[in-house]
Amino acid sequence: MSRGGNRVAHLASVCITLYAFWLLLSGYFEPFLLAAGAGSALCVALLARRMAIVDPEGHPIHLALAVLAYWPWLFKEIAKAGWDVSRIILDPRLPISPVLVRFKPSQASQLGLVTHANSITLTPGTITVEASPREFLVHALTRAAGETVVGSEMDRRVSRLEGSD
Amino acid sequence: MNTVVDILSWGFLLAGGAFCAIGALGLVRMPDFYTRMHAAGVTDTLGAGLMLFGMMLQAGLSLVTVKLIMIGLLIFFTSPSATHALARAARARGLQPLLATGKGPSKRS
Amino acid sequence: MFAGAAAALLVALVLALARAVLGPTVFDRVQAANTVGTLAMLLLAVIGFLTGRPDFLDLALVYGLLNVLGTFAVLKFFRYGDLGDPGEDEEHHT
Repeated sequence: MSRGGNRVAHLASVCITLYAFWLLLSGYFEPFLLAAGAGSALCVALLARRMAIVDPEGHPIHLALAVLAYWPWLFKEIAKAGWDVSRIILDPRLPISPVLVRFKPSQASQLGLVTHANSITLTPGTITVEASPREFLVHALTRAAGETVVGSEMDRRVSRLEGSD
Repeated sequence: MNTVVDILSWGFLLAGGAFCAIGALGLVRMPDFYTRMHAAGVTDTLGAGLMLFGMMLQAGLSLVTVKLIMIGLLIFFTSPSATHALARAARARGLQPLLATGKGPSKRS
Repeated sequence: MFAGAAAALLVALVLALARAVLGPTVFDRVQAANTVGTLAMLLLAVIGFLTGRPDFLDLALVYGLLNVLGTFAVLKFFRYGDLGDPGEDEEHHT
């Protein structure tokens, strides 16, 4: 994605997203409120631009389609891992074997790294404790869960996600 | 048709409530801080997700469902960030995690 | 049926509160507070359905936002002893 050329289009998409957010939250469709919403969305988008906090990283519209393929898979993983952790909690013996795992993530961009780290943390049973481009430090509830994060399918899928802009 | 949706949504609501309670139970049962965070993760993801989905089925296609989706997205994006910040802060403060020794699951009661 | 869900949430709230009281470290308490926040959010939504007043969903949204802000503020305070500290951004920002 060329950063310079798409600046205006990107700002417009921020504006549209904000306006949609306003409309859905308010639920009133009177002329005054519609106009007030448009004004607010425009003001917020311009202010955010002035504060230099709108960029493809903060509002990654270019990933919108790719994420639709990634999230269902992530939800499935969360459900599976959540079930496992629930079984451990309900087990009277509490069969845990907590481990710390270090590995190098394969993502190149900050956005990809954050997506990967957050996906690991969202999956019950594994938590990213330290995240840097060189190394992730993951705390896992069981040794088996710890083994699954190294060179995982999640890693590959997030790399594909970040490469698809 | 309506009854089917009703029963489905009740199922999701009750399952979500059960997972919330299980996560909170884990919060009490787990032996150290880092393992407790995993238990809280069950509440934040499975519990909240299933409950919100159950309520969405009740609400049907309306602005209420949109707001439920917003609540879901809010939890989805902020819960891992908060958890990560918490784990990082605890580690930076020098809180050592309890680690398994030897082979096989550690037995603690 | 919403009453059943609300009851389950109340049980979970009591357990989370127990962890907040037991501690032992401040991070346990922050974690418990965060969980209480998530549960309160869900409870607000369920109460909205229980009483047929969908306005409660807006309260749940605002509560969730405040919950996150609160967690980060408390963490920042315990980590740096100061809410105004810029933190450790030295490597990634130019």
